[in-house]
Amino acid sequence: MAEILVLVDHVDGEVKKVTLELLTLANRLGEAAAVWVGAGYEGAKDKLGEYGAGKVYVAADEELTSYVVAPKATLLAQLVADRAPAAVLVSATAEGKEIAGRLAVKTGSGVLTDVVDVTEGFVAEHSIFGGGVIAHAKVKTGTPIIAVRPNSIAPEAAAATPAEEQVSVTLSDADKGAKVVEKVVQEKGERPDLTEAAIVVSGGRGVGGAENFKLIEDLADSLGGAVGASRAATDAGWYPHTFQVGQTGKTVSPQLYVAVGISGAIQHRAGMQTSKTIVAINKDPEAPIFELVDYGVVGDLFQIAPQLTEEINKRK
Amino acid sequence: MNIVVLVKQVPDTESPRKLKSDDSTLDRAAADGVINELDEYAIEEALKIKEAHGGEVTVLTMGPAKATDSIRKALAMGADKAVHLVDDGLAGSDALQTSYAIQQALGRTGFDIVILGSESTDARTGVLAAMLSERLGVPQITLANKVEIDGSAIKAQRVTDYGYDRVEATLPAVVSVVEKINEPRYPSFKGIMAAKKKPVETLGLGDAGIDAAQVGLANAATEVVDFADAPARAQGQIVTDEGDGGAKIAEFLASKKFV
Ligand SMILES: Cc1cc2nc3c(=O)[nH]c(=O)nc-3n(C[C@H](O)[C@H](O)[C@H](O)COP(=O)(O)OP(=O)(O)OC[C@H]3O[C@@H](n4cnc5c(N)ncnc54)[C@H](O)[C@@H]3O)c2cc1C
Ligand SMILES: Nc1ncnc2c1ncn2[C@@H]1O[C@H](COP(=O)(O)O)[C@@H](O)[C@H]1O
Repeated sequence: MAEILVLVDHVDGEVKKVTLELLTLANRLGEAAAVWVGAGYEGAKDKLGEYGAGKVYVAADEELTSYVVAPKATLLAQLVADRAPAAVLVSATAEGKEIAGRLAVKTGSGVLTDVVDVTEGFVAEHSIFGGGVIAHAKVKTGTPIIAVRPNSIAPEAAAATPAEEQVSVTLSDADKGAKVVEKVVQEKGERPDLTEAAIVVSGGRGVGGAENFKLIEDLADSLGGAVGASRAATDAGWYPHTFQVGQTGKTVSPQLYVAVGISGAIQHRAGMQTSKTIVAINKDPEAPIFELVDYGVVGDLFQIAPQLTEEINKRK
Repeated sequence: MNIVVLVKQVPDTESPRKLKSDDSTLDRAAADGVINELDEYAIEEALKIKEAHGGEVTVLTMGPAKATDSIRKALAMGADKAVHLVDDGLAGSDALQTSYAIQQALGRTGFDIVILGSESTDARTGVLAAMLSERLGVPQITLANKVEIDGSAIKAQRVTDYGYDRVEATLPAVVSVVEKINEPRYPSFKGIMAAKKKPVETLGLGDAGIDAAQVGLANAATEVVDFADAPARAQGQIVTDEGDGGAKIAEFLASKKFV
C-alpha cells in the first residue's frame, strides 16, 4: 500500500491532537508516514507510534522552522518527489493551508482545504457556506494535497513502531525570504486547546468586560472545556485574539458548544456551525444563534451562567 | 512604492449562497456581490502604506464583468487605478490556476508589495498568498495583524495558533492581512465621485499572457464530484429563564451525558 504523508503539527515538540486524527485517516487510506519538522522529536515519537505512524521522516534542522512556511513546503516537495506518496495530509489551520498552497504550486498538484473527511479514491468531503452544504471533491492533477479540519476524525490508537529516517533539505534563498525573529506563545494555561477541545464555552459582547470573562472560564472549567470568544469580545480586548472563534478566528467542531452573550453573526457561525450539540444563553429571543441551538435559554447570562456552573459542579 | 491590492468579489454572506447544478461552481449570479470583507482591510492597509511612504495603489481583481462594482468601491476608498482580469476562459478556475493567472497579471502591473486578504468568505481556501509568494519567489508575510515598512525593510506580526511570530523580510513581498490590522474607511462622497474617473484597465487572457490551457474549469486540478444541502439541524428547544435557566441547561447537558 502506498504511503500517505502526514505533516506533524506540533508546538515546540508537543503534538497536536489533529496529527493523531490525520494518522488515523492516513492508515485508512494507505500507510501513514509522519513528517516531523524541527526540534523535539524524541519526546514525541512514542505518541506518533501509538497512533499508527509506521514511518517517520525526521527533519530536525531548526533552520526549517526559522522562516515563514516555505521551508516546510520545500521539504514536503522533496519527499513527494523521492517517495511518490499517494497523498499528503496537513491540518487545516491557517499555516497548514499555507503549506498546502506552496506545496501545490511546487508539485503542480491540486489542493483541497478545510476537508472534514476523506474516503476511498481520495474523495474529500467539505462542509461549505458555514455548514449549509456538503460537497465532495477530488484532485485531478498531481498528488492530492489535503488540509483536514481539526476534530473531524476520531483518532484511534493503533500501535506501531515507527521506522525513522532522517531527512535533510537544502533551502533556497527564496525559502529564506521571511525570517521568524521571535515566537510569542500566549499561555493557554491548564485548559484544553481550543481547536481540539470536546467542549467549548464562548463569551461575546454580552459578557460586558474582561473581568466578567471569569464567568465563562468557570463554566468552561466545570465542563473541562476550552474558552472561546466572539470577535466583539476579542476586539474589545476582553480576551486574547488567539481565542477568537469564527471566520477570521479558529474553526471549532466540538461535541458541545456553549455560546454565552453571543448573537450568532454569520462570521461567528462560520467557525462553530458544525459543532455537534449547541447551547446558547442570550437575553434577546430574536438572536440568530437560537436558529442553531439544540437547547437555548432566553435570559440574563449573569444569572444563568453562574447557576449552570454551580449545578454542574454539584452533579460531579 | 508600487502597491497592488488584490480584491475579490464574493457573494454577500448575508444572502443565500449556492452551487450551480450544471458545473458545481459557485452561483455568482444568484447572490449580491460584495468585496470580500478581509480585502477591505487589505485596501485600507495599502492606502495607509501609500499615505506613509508615497506611491500608487492599484486594485487587481480577477472575476466576471459584474465585479466592476467592487472595483469602483475600492477606488472610492482611495485606490488610484485598477486592473480587471476578466475572460470567460477563467471561469471555474481553482486556487492553483487563480494564483497562476494573478501572477501573470502582476507581471503587467509590477509591484513592490502585493497585499491581499488572508481568506475569502466564499472559497475559504486561504491559500492564495502562499501560492503567489511561491510563484513569484518573494517573501511571504502573511496573516499579519501589524505591518511596518522602513525603506525596503518590512516587519510584521504574524498571527499563529499559539500567539504570534515577529517576522522580517525585504521588499518586494506578498502580504496578507487579518482583520485586527486596521479599521477600513468608508468611501466619502468625494471619493465616490472621483472613483468614476479613475482608470480601470481590463485584461483578457491574451493581454495578460495567460495560457488558456492552464486555467478554467476544464483544466482545473480539482473537481467537485457532488454536493447537497446539509441535513437541517433539528429544531432545538428554547425556553425563557424563570430563575431556573441554569439548572435547566444542566439537566439538558446531563441528558446528553456531558455532565
Ligand atoms: C471581516 C470580518 C470578520 C469577522 N470575523 C469574525 C470572527 O471570526 N468571529 C466572530 O465572532 N465575529 C467575526 N466578525 C464579527 C461579526 O460580524 C459580529 O460582529 C460578532 O460576531 C459579534 O459578536 P457578539 O455576538 O459577541 O456581539 P453582538 O452581536 O453585539 O451580540 C451580543 C449578544 O449578547 C446578548 N447579551 C447582551 N447582554 C446580555 C446579558 N446580560 N445576558 C444575555 N445575553 C446578553 C445580546 O442580546 C446580543 O445578542 C467578523 C466581521 C467581519 C467584518
Ligand atoms: N479572483 C480574485 N481576484 C483578486 N483577488 C483574489 C481573487 N481570489 C482571491 N483573491 C485574494 O486572495 C485572498 C485569499 O483568497 P482565498 O485564497 O481564495 O481564500 C482574498 O482575500 C483576495 O484578496
